[in-house]
Amino acid sequence: MPSLKTLRNRINSVKSTQKITSAMKMVAAAKLRRAQAQAEAARPYACRMGEMLAALAASEFGNPNASPLLVGRPNAKTHLLVAVTADRGLAGAFNANIAKAVRTQAAALEAQGKIVKIFALGRKGNDALKRDLADKISGTRNFVGKKVISFQDAEDVAKELIRGFKAGEYDAVSLVFNRFQNVMTQKPTEQALIPAAAPTANDNATEHNYEVEPDDGTLLERLLPRNLAVQLYSALLDNAAGFYASQMTAMDSATRNAGEMIKKLTLNYNRARQANITKELIEIISGAEAV
Amino acid sequence: MAIALEILSPEKLLLARDVDMVVIPGTEGDIGVLPGHAKLVTSLRGGLVDIYENGKVAERFYVSGGFAEVTESRVAVLADEIIRQAEIDSAKAAAALTAAKDAFAAVSLDDAEAYRDASDALIAAQALVDSVAPHAVDKI
Repeated sequence: MPSLKTLRNRINSVKSTQKITSAMKMVAAAKLRRAQAQAEAARPYACRMGEMLAALAASEFGNPNASPLLVGRPNAKTHLLVAVTADRGLAGAFNANIAKAVRTQAAALEAQGKIVKIFALGRKGNDALKRDLADKISGTRNFVGKKVISFQDAEDVAKELIRGFKAGEYDAVSLVFNRFQNVMTQKPTEQALIPAAAPTANDNATEHNYEVEPDDGTLLERLLPRNLAVQLYSALLDNAAGFYASQMTAMDSATRNAGEMIKKLTLNYNRARQANITKELIEIISGAEAV
Repeated sequence: MAIALEILSPEKLLLARDVDMVVIPGTEGDIGVLPGHAKLVTSLRGGLVDIYENGKVAERFYVSGGFAEVTESRVAVLADEIIRQAEIDSAKAAAALTAAKDAFAAVSLDDAEAYRDASDALIAAQALVDSVAPHAVDKI
């Protein structure tokens, strides 16, 4: 049986752990609110952009010179997976889920005979994936030390991705990130970035009736990189909101567990204390009887 | 009759309200949009978005570029960067113009895309400087 002193020490250390986890939970909750507001604010632009792109993309159906960013390359061989994770841990399975999704996806693509490359966006994803897929990681970027993600950050990454695509380093790009559904659920999701959306014959039936300035091709050439940055940005915002939500949940259960642990330890402590007293009493009584 | 105007940046919805007319700086020239305008999608160059109400310019925004979608009842301006005209810092604008000029001078003519980006940036910077004291077109 552990001594009273060691029990007391353990109780104290669990108590201070509990203080830390409950403070972290509070901080995460505050940051979550901010991240959610930011994601909310970015939605209208992404929404309009999507509508515009869909209308214009329809007109490109069957055009052999359509931008490869839109329709992709024939016989795409190399596939880039952009793994979006957080830069920090202590958020339950948040980052591990992405790493798992990337591994599954990479295996599936390789089974189809494709070459897989990985771009790790976020420090934790890079740490997790470089253990077994180091040879596949072609680039990494993180936002350590940044309080909020700005659109400029997303645009820089988008430019880097487009540069690689144009240089022929890969033929298709997709994004793996945690879609923020609500505070309890973040769903690992795969989303195609390049090709953006291959128009189908069906779209063509409802050809858009917009006048376009300067012309469809030129406009798309500007719109597509922009759209890519917007999608990355919204994925990064979802990632940030999801991370704080996940951290909040993880820290909440850690606080609860610490509470249970303290209860159990206190019970043990009190039992040990009583046993000690009883033992002392027995010693005194038997001493008195002996006299 | 009014037309619903939305001005959006990637980071937020800046303005959404009904206005009488709006003039947007399209790449091919300024476009005045009144209610019932034909459906149109255009890219934007750097310049001023003028919002007209009761025959006068009610508000002005500088946009550095982007896109606009026009339908019969709605205008959506998807701008890259937006500054309220009254809040333009002329010193910063001048610095941006110098930087853009240098970048334009340095760009190679062979790289069509870089050339296009640099010239767009130069136009946007020039427009920013011009926007500090725009022409008095608001007295119709």
